Amino acid sequence: MSPEGIDRVPRGPAPRGDIRSDLRLIAEMVTPGSRVLDIGCGDGALLAYLGRDKQVDGRGMELSQSGVNACVSHGLSVIQGDADHDLDEYPSDAFDYVILSQTLQATRNPRQVIDNLVRIGRHAIVSFPNMGHWRIRLRLLFHGRMPKTALLSHDWYDTPNIHLCTIKDFVSLCSATGIVIERSLTLDRAGQPFALDPMSGLANLLAEQGLFVLRRGD
Amino acid sequence: MSVQQTTRPLGTEPPLPGRRLEITEPFQLDSGVDLAPFTIAYQTYGRLNADRSNAVLVCHALTGDQYVVDPHPLTGQPGWWSKLAGPGKVLDTDRYFLICANVLGGCMGTSGPKDVNPATGETWGLSFPVITIGDMVRAQKLLIDHLGIETLFCVIGGSMGGMQVLQWAASFPERVFAAVPIASTARHSAQNIAFHEVGRQAIMADPEWCAGAYLESDRRPARGLAVARMAAHITYLSERALHRKFGRNLQNRQAVTYGFDADFQVESYLRHQGITFVDRFDANSYLYITRACDYFDLAAEHGGILANAFRGSKTRFCIISFTSDWLYPTSENRAVVHALNAAAANVSFVEIETDKGHDAFLLEEPEFFATLRGFLAGCAEHRGLAFA
Repeated sequence: MSPEGIDRVPRGPAPRGDIRSDLRLIAEMVTPGSRVLDIGCGDGALLAYLGRDKQVDGRGMELSQSGVNACVSHGLSVIQGDADHDLDEYPSDAFDYVILSQTLQATRNPRQVIDNLVRIGRHAIVSFPNMGHWRIRLRLLFHGRMPKTALLSHDWYDTPNIHLCTIKDFVSLCSATGIVIERSLTLDRAGQPFALDPMSGLANLLAEQGLFVLRRGD
Repeated sequence: MSVQQTTRPLGTEPPLPGRRLEITEPFQLDSGVDLAPFTIAYQTYGRLNADRSNAVLVCHALTGDQYVVDPHPLTGQPGWWSKLAGPGKVLDTDRYFLICANVLGGCMGTSGPKDVNPATGETWGLSFPVITIGDMVRAQKLLIDHLGIETLFCVIGGSMGGMQVLQWAASFPERVFAAVPIASTARHSAQNIAFHEVGRQAIMADPEWCAGAYLESDRRPARGLAVARMAAHITYLSERALHRKFGRNLQNRQAVTYGFDADFQVESYLRHQGITFVDRFDANSYLYITRACDYFDLAAEHGGILANAFRGSKTRFCIISFTSDWLYPTSENRAVVHALNAAAANVSFVEIETDKGHDAFLLEEPEFFATLRGFLAGCAEHRGLAFA
């Protein structure tokens, strides 16, 4: 087998022609030609995009059988698994980027998951819904009900989102565990970036999502 | 139970169709014994392309054979993977050159215990050396060398066939572009060994087995082999599938008969499975091949760490398991996935939802077929295979 025979670019039809704007922001952070693990990769839209447009050697992990089947049948390398149980075996620095998009809040042990992300990847890209958003605060204050938003649309009794946090909470966990925040962005509901200092109280009030690039501390 | 004995006098079997490779060089087995000369019986389907890059090696399971696509020469039944393989199928013989060889120790043309030992002129019987999955794979490699194929596009198989796939990927990684072990394991579990032992004991308890020398006296341990098949067949199904198919339905009667005839449909079904099996399979081969499975432990060959078997591998893996398979359950398949991840290998893994048990790998499961079709298409792109 000749190494040049492996060009690693899936050229099959992408599951979707275009990708969500928050995924596009993540894609822009990835260096072309790098090795990427996308955890919770869904139908593989981001992986297909990265493979096609950035010549990335991509791997995925997805919980749902329908998602995995969609990915594999489009020629993507994806395993059925989840962030809580299937990250331990990966060697350190196995990937340039490990991506966890809108999935952290559904993990059983987010702290251990984040530790694994920065161990397996030289960089980890994590996005999550911000529970500090004013709409959520107001809903709880005035309605006295568990907040539901576009990103968190489940009722409290059937939600998979069991570990919700604010941007401030997330930043404080990173600092407590010695994880370095290389870059941070705050996004509105449509996934468009805000021109706000992500570390500010205002960002924690106005942003609907946080998007962070992390690496492990020295 | 009544099992019809259909013994044919030795040497009167019609010759099996297909191709043969005679190996004359000494071939050292894992047991240390040299086996030579010996025969590999194989079938091919489709055409090898000009740069010999479209070859797919199919590895058959315990009681399978090389007749993947065409009808079985003894039973007339369709090829065991004819739902999956053939013109226009997932393993498309219009695109790929399929090769399947009867395993070493088998009874469909490749040398095994029912053949004559050329050194003595007598039937091997139990004097045939014990073989391993590794031996089977190294014998297949001789065939692949003979066919002039440098890199197999894909090695694929289910159950014991999946063990051979993993062995191929571990032993000859540079010659395997893609590997698809289905409903398989990297190590035979205590439960797997236990079930095989039941089957072997059933054969050996049959007086017709004659301590393995039944062919010389023109006898066959058909009852023992049928019981072995019946016990094994239960492990290939699932409780739910058995219930769905048979429930407690009675066989051609309105009430139980207070006797030991096959009152229940499930009994009748199992007896049929046992009886039809003895017409096409050799009891001693069953002993040897189940033993080869029992000895299989890929990690043990690599310092006890399965990931070491795949270190540095460039092969693209697709592991497939089935939810209701309790013989080679998802957990065993997932252990292979974890080892491949630990070796930073390129791996896909899908668990297919089905109630059909281990046998699902032989059946038309739409999600299974769609996944495999997509994986092969993706690999074909990476391999630069162009199809007209």
